[in-house]
Amino acid sequence: MLLECDRISKRFGGVHAVAEVDLAIAAGQVFGLIGPNGAGKTTLVNLISGHLRVDGGAIRFDGADVTRLAPHELTARGIARTFQGVRLFKGLSVLENVLVGRHVRMRSDALRRLWPRGVPDRLDRERAAQLLERLGLTRPHALAGGLAYGDQRRLEIARALASEPRLLILDEPAAGMNPAESARLRDLMRALVAEDLTIVLIEHDVRLVMDTCERVAVLNFGRKIAEGTPAEIQASATVREAYLGAEDVA
Amino acid sequence: MDALAEFFRVYQTTIGVIGINALLALSIWITLYAGQLTLGNAAFMAIGAYGAALLGMRAGVPLPLGLALGALLSAALALPLGLAVFRLRGVYLAIATIGFGEVVRVVLLTLPFTGKALGLNGIPPITELWHIYLSLAVVAYMLWRIQGSTVGRALAAIREDEMAAASQGIRVRRYKLAAFVAGAAIAAWAGGLSAHLNFSIEPGDFGFTRAVQILVFAVVGGTPSVAGPIFGATLLTALPEILRPLKEYRDIFAGLILMGVIIYLPRGLVTLAELRKTRRLQEIGAADVA
Repeated sequence: MLLECDRISKRFGGVHAVAEVDLAIAAGQVFGLIGPNGAGKTTLVNLISGHLRVDGGAIRFDGADVTRLAPHELTARGIARTFQGVRLFKGLSVLENVLVGRHVRMRSDALRRLWPRGVPDRLDRERAAQLLERLGLTRPHALAGGLAYGDQRRLEIARALASEPRLLILDEPAAGMNPAESARLRDLMRALVAEDLTIVLIEHDVRLVMDTCERVAVLNFGRKIAEGTPAEIQASATVREAYLGAEDVA
Repeated sequence: MDALAEFFRVYQTTIGVIGINALLALSIWITLYAGQLTLGNAAFMAIGAYGAALLGMRAGVPLPLGLALGALLSAALALPLGLAVFRLRGVYLAIATIGFGEVVRVVLLTLPFTGKALGLNGIPPITELWHIYLSLAVVAYMLWRIQGSTVGRALAAIREDEMAAASQGIRVRRYKLAAFVAGAAIAAWAGGLSAHLNFSIEPGDFGFTRAVQILVFAVVGGTPSVAGPIFGATLLTALPEILRPLKEYRDIFAGLILMGVIIYLPRGLVTLAELRKTRRLQEIGAADVA
């Protein structure tokens, strides 16, 4: 298993945002994480990526205990993520955003740059340009904050991929995308998985989840209420109840 | 040629002060570039000024060594201070560093060897203009090169979005601390130069007013680039001289100019250059620059 969560919990005051959630995600697949709004999906992602500390339970990545590691340490180990609602460095250029994403894979070149003729990051810039091309971003020197929303989402994915992760967590990547963009995102995820990346996909676009995920876990009120293949999840009465309310179940 | 020599003779002090103020503006620029508002640079300047002056007067330490030791002492104090205050953000961070400035001022007023409220007098005026401008050139060049490096990008990323920066693997606290310590060293170096430019220093020279003045240099000049703080310090230091014909009204006009810049060019005077570029690009139909 690449990522294992062992009964992890997080409380905010009296609210159990995440309650004793178990997850076991094997390498080389898209793993879906769905649930109604407020189910605790984003809190779970913040726990896995180190932005929040768990109150209880343990997280293992690639066999090692990473429960208490900070975000920057997890990025160095190969966990990258995007944010719900996009958090780009808006005042930096598109290319600079991706270069910042490569931070953990670059040696500091501050001292070498003091020598006037040094261009120490040429290879990194080439890598970044390749990523931009792959994501269909054509204006490397435009300010990130000035991009259309769909482009901002793709740039955030490019930035996350720049750290050469083994696990990529996408928090609602298709929000704000039109159907064509969403289809391209699906193709991209499939191609990345074929290159041995593992993806955790949080998404409300049911179609996208069903099309890409091998397994899906469902959260409701902080608890995992179901896990299985997309077909099993679609057939589950428990899941339908969570989304629609009990009285609507036929 | 004679006119130029005469100009330099008359305005020698002002030219020196401009260079020192430009160094001070660069010292706060580093933390501003990382999005952190700290106001301790007047205190760091004081540490460098008293350090270099005392070492020179009492121990006969040569100027470069005195400047270096002052900068080192300042950096050594900035390190634990930074560890403590970078738990804070925004206004709280600013206030905590103002508090540090007050502590330094009071310490200088009470220590047995700093001359209390009278300060130090009879400091040998051995700072030459080329000392100041060589320092400025070296500091500006280093900051300009670092701005385009992994370190510069990390600082900019922290300014733009701290959480996203941490998520890219940037050690946010460590970078903030490094920026703060580097700024403290530069401010102290400038302080040492200024102590040996004048005959005397006193604790009142390095109080809250000075702290705000340093901030204003950097903000009015503009923080996007290294040129901004240098430009801002130059203009604001020269302004009283330029406005001298206005006699008793000159402070009013200096204040109005300051307000005008902040209202119409909130990102600083250097944005004037960008505005011209944008306009030219719009004229030739390249509307893509946004």
